[in-house]
This record gives sequence, structure tokens and C-alpha cells, in this order.
Amino acid sequence: MNDLSPLDVASAAPLLPAQGVANLSRRGFLGAAAGALVLAVALPGRRALAQAEGAGAIAPKPGTRVPAFLELRPDGSVKLLSAFVEGGQGINTAMAQIVGEELDVDPARFEVECAPPGPDYALVNGMRMTGGSFSTRSSYAAMRRLGATAREMLIRAAAARLKVQDGELSTEDGKVVHAASGRSLGYGELAAEALLLQPKEDVALRDPSTFRYIRKPLARLDVRDKSTGRAIYAIDQKVEGMLYAAVTHAPVFGTEPEALDNEAEVKAMPGVHSVHRLPNAVAVAADSWWRARQAVEALKTRWSEPPKDGLDAMSSSFSSEGLLSTLKAASAKGLPSETEGDADAAFAKAAKVIEAEYDAPYLAHAQLEPPSSIARFNPDGTLDLWVPNQMPELFQTLAAKVADLAPEKVIIHSPMLGGFFGRHFAYGPANPYPQAILLAKATGKPVKVLWSREEEFLNDAVRPLSFSRFRAALDASGQPTAIEVKTVGEGPTARWFGAILKTPVDSSAVEGIVEKPYAIPNRKMEFLKIAHPVNIAFWRSVGHSMNDFFYESFFDEIAEAGGKDPFELRMALLKDKPRHLNLLKAVAELSGGWKRGPYDAEGGKRARGVAMASPFGSETATIAEASLVDGEAKVHRLWIAIDPGSIVNPAIVKAQVESAAALGLSSALFEQVVYKDGVRQAKNYDGYRILARDHMPEVHVAIVESGEPMGGVGEPGLPGVPPAVANALAALSGQRVRSLPIANTKLSGA
Amino acid sequence: MYEIDVNGEKRQAEVEAGTPLLWVLRDTLGLTGTKYGCGIAQCGACTVWVDGAAMRSCQFPVEAVGEAKIVTIEAIEQDEVGRKVVEAWVEAQVPQCGYCQSGQVMAATALLKEIPQPTDQDIADAMTNLCRCGTYNHIASAVRRAAA
Repeated sequence: MNDLSPLDVASAAPLLPAQGVANLSRRGFLGAAAGALVLAVALPGRRALAQAEGAGAIAPKPGTRVPAFLELRPDGSVKLLSAFVEGGQGINTAMAQIVGEELDVDPARFEVECAPPGPDYALVNGMRMTGGSFSTRSSYAAMRRLGATAREMLIRAAAARLKVQDGELSTEDGKVVHAASGRSLGYGELAAEALLLQPKEDVALRDPSTFRYIRKPLARLDVRDKSTGRAIYAIDQKVEGMLYAAVTHAPVFGTEPEALDNEAEVKAMPGVHSVHRLPNAVAVAADSWWRARQAVEALKTRWSEPPKDGLDAMSSSFSSEGLLSTLKAASAKGLPSETEGDADAAFAKAAKVIEAEYDAPYLAHAQLEPPSSIARFNPDGTLDLWVPNQMPELFQTLAAKVADLAPEKVIIHSPMLGGFFGRHFAYGPANPYPQAILLAKATGKPVKVLWSREEEFLNDAVRPLSFSRFRAALDASGQPTAIEVKTVGEGPTARWFGAILKTPVDSSAVEGIVEKPYAIPNRKMEFLKIAHPVNIAFWRSVGHSMNDFFYESFFDEIAEAGGKDPFELRMALLKDKPRHLNLLKAVAELSGGWKRGPYDAEGGKRARGVAMASPFGSETATIAEASLVDGEAKVHRLWIAIDPGSIVNPAIVKAQVESAAALGLSSALFEQVVYKDGVRQAKNYDGYRILARDHMPEVHVAIVESGEPMGGVGEPGLPGVPPAVANALAALSGQRVRSLPIANTKLSGA
Repeated sequence: MYEIDVNGEKRQAEVEAGTPLLWVLRDTLGLTGTKYGCGIAQCGACTVWVDGAAMRSCQFPVEAVGEAKIVTIEAIEQDEVGRKVVEAWVEAQVPQCGYCQSGQVMAATALLKEIPQPTDQDIADAMTNLCRCGTYNHIASAVRRAAA
């Protein structure tokens, strides 16, 4: 349970459907390169087969069974069981808009909940997850069809009831209407009969030019509850008779509790029920969380010795600085991640060669809701688990192993998330649910485990520290003729989904460095894997979160070396890429025309930087305006043009881009998880600085709908921000920041 | 045993001295609208009013409450200014994940009760709560809207 080995995703396959859905985008699952990754979804697993045989049924095609998704209520409201979990990205509202459009029900009357595990919801390449900015683009077509299918069934049910032909009926916001006789029936009255009908395979979809809800900036469904404290998160849940548990994890990751010196004393503290040793942790169960926490923090625990050095496990001498040195010193050849033309030849005849090294630190998710889980074993042999998660079926499989139960005995509840940004995938010891299960088993009572903020900062799985070395060849006219990049490190996809990666190059380590759109004819990119002894994670925009900073900053170095304006060079190298060119023009226009500066504004000097990114099937172009205030970078305005192909809710798209931009700026300016002597240094927001109001810039977003296949929205706003800011600072101060966060570099005033 | 006035009601809490008001509200009294974020008065997710002043309840020990009147997000709509703030939050579509917003609404309402027409600087000074979704601009616009 607590090792770092990749998850056996194949073991979750029993919960996946026999048929996958069509490939989602050219980039494929989790932003992997086209063709690089094929999910093993075609094989029905043991459990699906057993179920199918047992029930004499065939696993449903995901997203097609109306009753798995919709409950049409007598009061005219609709309950939608969504394949996705809401964590601020607005997916519940988007799902209501898509289904409501075709069903013909105002999305405002939808109540949306995350569905329990089941093959009906495997809408992301035959799997189910909320991540990779996949939710809307993966399910849009299926959810439209689902709404239309249900509407057609309701019309047929009404025709039978009213004894008229289907063709004489129409629908009107939740009612089937017979215009000729003036009669109408509410969907709720018809639901029971309608659901008995055989669904039609080929229902007609609405003409998009008649959309009333899709592409409109509808209000979000959850905003009032979230403005009045009524929204319920995992941390707010309570079950009858439960104990509260607090934990203290091993000071050095991977060590074990060997002895408790004062157990009797701690047991006698107020409200304490019991004291427990867990894998890599100790726990106290009590009648309130505060009492449990006081007690667990009073425990005097002796821990096993970590290794003195090496990278096989966390050692007592490990430091993030040391790891960066190891990555920099790695001389072994990597595996090719992108090869085009003849880079060696181009370098041999270059008029000028430039080189630079870039790095970015480990990052914490730092979502405001600390992780918690409730486990309750029931008399009928089932286990209820309330667990923040982005993959219900995988958590069900993993929890079943911890509980030693069959997966179908585990009932997963997926509450609304108080922020996630990649935090709630399955990360072995970085999830509290195994502790809740073990403690519920040990105490014979339901247990809620809540991690203190300190435990969260010390045990969150982190965005990997990253390093890349860049070289570029320029000809006599200053044009880049070749680019070469060596990336050294590890990505989260290979760590956690290694079994399904079909290529030795981890896309999550190199995305943002490969597949760039610029016409640089000769390219030689390689990736050398060096595994970290650290629990690594997906973090909003994953590899793009640092790689676009590396590449787009180095691009400006190329422009500088060739004596060219960085915006003009981008325009020139994108002249045959109309989608990118259009976006670059759009962001320039949004910002009032490209100007690099420095220029005078509001009593100081400011400058601008530009960056492009191609994350998660979308394209972005970003311009940042920055100044220096007492040597600290200050970003005043961000302009972001995003082309996600097509959209569902422009207000949510803009909110997501602004949110991603804030996180990108936060990471660019301040954030870093620093290891020293095998231990993370920051334990709370006082040591791990995140963006506060005083550094929030104006954010201006332009949505460009090119009509290309629908891309992601939740993450793409992030990657362009750090390089746009660094490029602005370089224009302002002449200093090139090659190591994040920017706060680590002393910037001199312009 | 402590008796405290929460949202106009006398409530009893059987807790030790030193227990933060936050945990009395959440676990003893079941008022979970007030959130735990950091426990060190950094993030502001736990903001409540103590005699009308915005206070971070995670660092406010129960014994310090005394006769003070505590108001939590659960009672925000019983306050005239609070109602306006909630409406402004809805109109400006402020929340994303929403986890910090109870604290933001409590801080904003306390600000507007003290300064009905706050300047941008007043907003910056009073609204120091953290938001990981980066809704700061929408929060400021909602505060201005509620003040109008």
C-alpha cells in the first residue's frame, strides 16, 4: 500500500467497460503524444466478465444508458449523475448545459452529483477520471446524445399516453407538448414509462445554431451554496458513531514507527479512544479531531532509520539542491523524444550557438481543503468510503485491496473537492483513505481521518523538480536552424500509470518541449529518466507547468541572440500555422498591440513578455506586463488568448483561464518545496508562499473558437504565464531567470 | 464546559481550554460552513465574527470568547449587509472550488459594515484571505458591487 511502485491500473480494468470510446484528441490520454499511449480498455476484465455472465448482460457502452445518468423528478427538476467530480472547474454546470440543451430542460433546474463507480461513466478514453482537462471534451458528444435520446423516449411515452403520433409532439422546457390540443405532460410524469422504452440509436441532435444553453455564459449551479457555507466537502461529512483520527507521518518519508514511548500517557488524554501504528505513520482516534490531534502530537515515536544516501529511497541526506545537481551531472544519453531533420549538421555549420540550463522546483498542490476520508464497515459486509478522488473506479479497486474485500463491496462516495489541481489522484501514501480503512478495521467503528495542514504540506505528492539543457544553432541572419534539448528527471504518468505507457519516453516529462509549432527545421530532443525518491504527482498542467517556461524562455534567448524581437520571431516561425498565428495576433490585439518595452507607466518602468503553449488539445498565447518593486517582480496585467476549438460556457472558460493564470503566476513568483536532510522545509502557508491578493494582476481573456476539435480548458491557461513573466522581466532588467521560482533570483531594478 | 453565544443562541461545549473556536463550531456544534484551512491564521478560511469583528477562529481559543457574540456563515443571510454580499457573490459568480468563500464572505461583510464605501486600498487591507483558485479579482468586484 505504501510503496512507490506504479499503480496496477490493469487491476482497475475489471471495472472498465468492454468497449472504449473513440480516441479523444490527437494528443490522446493525459496529453501523451499521438500514438504514444494506448489504453488497454478493449479487454474486458475478470469482474466485467463475471458480472456480464452473472446478469446475462453486456457491459453498456459508456454514456448511453439514460437511467444511469438521469432522474426526472415530478417537480420538474432533473438529477444528473455525472461521470466527473466538481472541484471548482464548473463541470457540474457544463454537464447540465450539455444534457439540458438536448433534453430540453433549463440547466438551472439540474442537480448534479458525481456518479458512483460503474462502467456507464468510463467516458475518458474508456476510463473514468476527472483530470487532464478531459471532462467536457471527452463527454460532449456522448452527453448531447444522451439528452437527445432521453427526450425522444419521453416524446414516445407521451404519444402513447395522449394517443397521438410522435410527430405531433414537441417539447418545451421539461414538458412534452401537443400543440393541436393544447395538452402537455411534464417529464416527471412520463419518466417511468419512458425509461421502459427501447432507446433509439440514431436520434437527431439539435442544430447548434439553435442552442439556448450551450455556448452561453450561464450562472454556475453551485455558486449560492458556496457563498453561504452550505456546500458540503469531504471534510464536512459526518457519520453516526464515528471517531475522529489525526495522524503524524514519518519525519523521513518511508520510515516506520518502531516504538511509542508514552502510549499509556497519550491514551489517558481527554477523549482519546485508541493509539495506532500505521504504515509510515502513527494515529490517534478520539471523540473530536482537535483532541485526536493534540494526542497524536504528544506521542513520542521512535522511527526506523532512513538510508544515509542514494536515490533508491528517501535518505537522511537527500536535498532538492542535491537532486538538481544529480540531474545536471547526468551524462548518460537519453531516449529520443522528438527528432526532425539533422540537428548535428545544423550545429556544425551554425554561425552562432547558444546554450542554457533551466530548472523548476517541486511544487505542492496547496489546495485549501486539507485531505480527509471516512471509512465505515457495514453489517452486510460492505465498506462505505467517503473519499476525495479524481478516479472513483481506481480508488474502489485500491480501497478493496486495503480492506481485503471484493471491489463491488466498496461503496465510493466522491464529494465535492475544495480545490484539487491534480491533488486527488491515487498517490499511494499521499492519500488518507488507506489510514481510514485500517483504523475503522482496528477500532470497529467508522473513522474519519483528517490531515492537518502541516501533515498535508509534508506528505502531499509534489510536482516533480525538473531540469532541461537547451542548445540552439543560428545562421548568419539570426534565424534559428536547430534546437536540441536534453530533459533529465521523471514524470508522473510513468510513475503512476507506467503499465499503460506504450513508450519509454514519459510524455508528462517532455510535453511542452516536444511538439512545439515553430518552424525550426532541425530538432533533437531527448529524455533521460532519473527516478526521484519523492512521491511525485500531477499538478495543474503537469509537464507543461515547467516545460513551457523552459522552452518559451529559451525561445526569447534565441531571439535575443539573433537580434530579433521575440514577438516578431514567433510570428515569422508560425507563418504556416494559421491557428497559432491567429492566436498570437489575438493576444497582441487584446493587449492593445505588441510592445516589449521597457516603457514608463504609473511612475515606473514596465515591460512585456510573450509566450505560446499547446496544452491539452488547446492553444494559448499569453502576454504579461511586469515591473520591479524593490527588487521583487510585480505582474500588473496578463492577456491570454485561448483557442479550445469550441466551448460550452464562455464565463466558465474565462474563470478557468484566470484561475490557471493565478496558479501559474504563483508558481512562477514564489512556490517551491525544498528538501533538506530528507525533510521538506515548509509546513504551512507561512513557509510555502502562494499568490495572495497583493500580487493578483488584472487578467484579460479572449476566447478564440477555431472550430478545431474541442480541447481542454482547466489547465491550458497556466503554462504560458511563467515564461511570459520571465520574458517581461528579461526585457525590463536584462536578467534572464532560468530557475524558478523567480523570488530565488535577485533582480536589479531597471 | 463553555457556554458561548453563536448566531444568537446559547450553546454548550464540553471541551478543554485551548480548543480553537473553529473546532468547537465544526465538530462540537456541527457548524461546518466555517472551514479549516491552515490552523495558523494565515489563510482566513475559518473567519467568523467575534462581536462584529472578522476573526480567524482557528487561533481563537474557546475560553477567550466569554460573553462575545459569535456569528458564522450559517447566519450570514440574517444580516442585512450579509444578504447584499451574498447576492453580490452570486451575481459576480465569485466561487470556484468555494472552499475559502465562507471566510471571504465573512471578511467582506465585516469590512462593509465598518466601511460601507471601501476604497480599493480598504479592500486590499481587509481582504487578506487566501484563495487557491485565484478568485481575487472577482471577490474585489463583488465587494464593490455590494457597496454600490
